[in-house]
Amino acid sequence: MIRAEIRTAVLDILSDIAPDEDLSELKDDVSFREQLELDSMDFLDIVMELRKRYRVQVPEEDYMQLSSMASTVSYLEPLMKEVASK
Amino acid sequence: MIAGKFDSLCSHRPDEQRIVITGIGLTAPNGNDLGEFRRNLLAGTSGVVEYDIRYVGKTLAGVCRFDELRHQGRKDLRRGTRAGSIGIYCSQEAIKDSGLDWANFDKDQVGIYVGVTEHGNVETENEIYSLKGFDYDTKFWSHHHNPRTVANNPAGEISLNMGITGPHYTIGAACAAGNAGLIQGAQMLRLGEVDLALAGGVSESIHTFGIFASFKSQGALAAHDDPTKASRPFDMRRNGIVVAEGGCMYTLERLSDARARGAKVYGELAGYAMNSDASDFVLPNPERQAQCVRLALKRAGIGPEQIDIVSTHATGTASGDTQECTALREVFAGSPRTRFNNAKSFIGHAMGAAGALELAGNIPATSDGMCHATLNVDELDPDCALPGLVIGDPQELGQVDYILNNSFGMLGINSVVIIKRL
Repeated sequence: MIRAEIRTAVLDILSDIAPDEDLSELKDDVSFREQLELDSMDFLDIVMELRKRYRVQVPEEDYMQLSSMASTVSYLEPLMKEVASK
Repeated sequence: MIAGKFDSLCSHRPDEQRIVITGIGLTAPNGNDLGEFRRNLLAGTSGVVEYDIRYVGKTLAGVCRFDELRHQGRKDLRRGTRAGSIGIYCSQEAIKDSGLDWANFDKDQVGIYVGVTEHGNVETENEIYSLKGFDYDTKFWSHHHNPRTVANNPAGEISLNMGITGPHYTIGAACAAGNAGLIQGAQMLRLGEVDLALAGGVSESIHTFGIFASFKSQGALAAHDDPTKASRPFDMRRNGIVVAEGGCMYTLERLSDARARGAKVYGELAGYAMNSDASDFVLPNPERQAQCVRLALKRAGIGPEQIDIVSTHATGTASGDTQECTALREVFAGSPRTRFNNAKSFIGHAMGAAGALELAGNIPATSDGMCHATLNVDELDPDCALPGLVIGDPQELGQVDYILNNSFGMLGINSVVIIKRL
């Protein structure tokens, strides 16, 4: 997957986890928590969905990498390089 | 000896010790508020439909269709449980119905008491089903599993949704749970623990295949070509239980508080009783059931001849129906005026919600004077031929002062609640 595809994949996960939120205006460089009502259980959902959908394992010490869309995509880029595009 | 403490007539108690119903919120397979539920009970409208659930396949159930998004966001629905969602809907609607100044009510003084038959089966089954797709590797097991399956979940979701900071918990009482929730609420009000009780019962049981499969293995799951005719307590051709979901939550207040704010009062919880059979895992015990009914009457300070309507528990199993009728025949032998009906014949068995829902369906009788019927009795089982059994069509009774509501469950748990018109 390339960066744009990874972004779409993360957006899909967010739309499932936070179905009441409008994600169309999401700013990639601003943290998720500043823009969305997400708590720790929601972040665990992001980790779980990455694991379930793409078999990507995010260790606990890397959770901070998932703070914004930009940091999430950068973190996932090497991990999802081999994941086939949908 | 404990019973002696409750000997006094309810009307002789001080108003601070008398507990009244001031609001009702419910969802049933044939109605999403009290008015709609009552209209359908009087019109003979069933809520039982064809239903499909994993592993069991095609079966029948009482399915609720309330507006889930009226009081919850989609995120909360995803995170929570069906039982929690039912509880929230019923509690919010009960508060609205009560006319309480909710925004300014001290939430520390509100208690939430939710009767459940079981909780956690649905969520555990779903998680295992999902895990099967990952070769049972538990790293794919959801972190939501524990908060969804803790036994207090349905009550806790109500607390979270409504900002209620008083006590919340569920009362696990098999199919006696709806009455048990009400009783717990009344007790906490009498103790002065809370000023308002949200009390009743909920059930999400139609979403667990295990309930259906277990009743089937027991030979106690109803089947019929016409879903609306499948739930048929007291009828010779009954063949088991129709499982239903639903919920009913009441606002309970001390009579003194209700009068002070000029609240509408549906009725007084005049008497109640709970006891145990201590005789069998599943088979009911008419002797203990009769004892429970008598104890509730004694606490209400009335005799059986004063009861206008008995809302029976009967589920449509041969042994359960006949045992309850044996108990009722004995207690009400000298009371030909008492009428008996059954709401499960309309909606199936709403498990933890059954007692609370079935009572609610009868409460409007104190104002409209009608006794709703029992459906689907085409050939009355002679062992269930109670003289006052209302079959087919509702009966006009005139003034209704007292309603007695039976609710019994597995492991021999019995509960009876008596409501008095004020």
